[in-house]
Amino acid sequence: MALVDRIGEGLERLGGGVILTSVDALVDWSRGQSLWAFPMGTACCAMELIAASFSKFDFDRLGTFPRPDPRHTDVMILAGTITEKMKPAVRRLYDQMPEPKWVVAMGNCTVSGGIFYYDTYSVVRGADQFLPVDVYISGCPPRPEALQDGVLQLRELVRMRSLAPGKRYERELALPRPEDASYSNEDPNPPSAGLEGGDAS
Amino acid sequence: MTQDEMTALIARIRTHNADLYPLFSLEFGDAVVGVAPEELSSTACDLREAGFDRLTMVTAVDRGETFELVYRLHSRSLTASIFVKTVVRRDDPHIASVYDVWPAANWQEREVFDLFGIVFDGHPDLRRILMPYDYEGHPLRRDFEHPNIIRRPDYI
Repeated sequence: MALVDRIGEGLERLGGGVILTSVDALVDWSRGQSLWAFPMGTACCAMELIAASFSKFDFDRLGTFPRPDPRHTDVMILAGTITEKMKPAVRRLYDQMPEPKWVVAMGNCTVSGGIFYYDTYSVVRGADQFLPVDVYISGCPPRPEALQDGVLQLRELVRMRSLAPGKRYERELALPRPEDASYSNEDPNPPSAGLEGGDAS
Repeated sequence: MTQDEMTALIARIRTHNADLYPLFSLEFGDAVVGVAPEELSSTACDLREAGFDRLTMVTAVDRGETFELVYRLHSRSLTASIFVKTVVRRDDPHIASVYDVWPAANWQEREVFDLFGIVFDGHPDLRRILMPYDYEGHPLRRDFEHPNIIRRPDYI
């Protein structure tokens, strides 16, 4: 049986010393079957993300359904350019997602900065500078099929998660924390009363 | 609005403000009128009374010693557009805000302040709008440098 084989593989990789039950594998398998996506659409990749979600490409048949609330989801799909101004907000939304959670970097901008790598003053060069990215999907933008393939590969990662070495946690330790200066986007001089909400015209 | 009517309108504004910054042309069918920086407020009031009730755009151009400020106005009643241009000195970048005339100038002038560092006197809420609040420098100035910028090499 494939499930039992995988447990054996994982135990071999760990080199012994740890006992895992098959319940972990069952839980991971069921988690991988139903990944709820948080569509973090910040730029044009969001169009392909929307196209992948609806009838023509039908993300739902893969068990992935978009839900615009970080507290109800477990996969953050980063679709689009992330600017320095947006970075704290993305990080805060990621922190609001319940564990276990995963991140898919969709498109060249979230992989490396993409076409905004050079000569830019405002773009974050890759989401992995401040988030633990699990799956990278290249493309400008990627086709909906590419996104769905990326989520299928994430599903394989999720299924192996309990059995794999915990490198994700090591990566998280190297990332900026809420107490770091770059985390906050608070305005030191908040707007005066009556102007809340900005442009009146 | 025909071109002749537009020319007549500009002529009326020019006579109202006696000593205008000498720049007036018709580019691509839109009138461009240049004003001295201290007369921007009065010209804005005149244009608003003439029917230009909508401020479409505020932007700036870095011309080295000076910044050129560009206001694009639109009139729904006249179905006409007009550019208003003025200049401010780089070493003293202050200009009167037109927020009192067109409230739409609020965020537009904040953007110009954010990216060019031009201070709009009389603006009610002049903060950064696009860049993070603790950002240093004004990115669209030609002499802007920031350690986070990676310059594109020649071979790409």
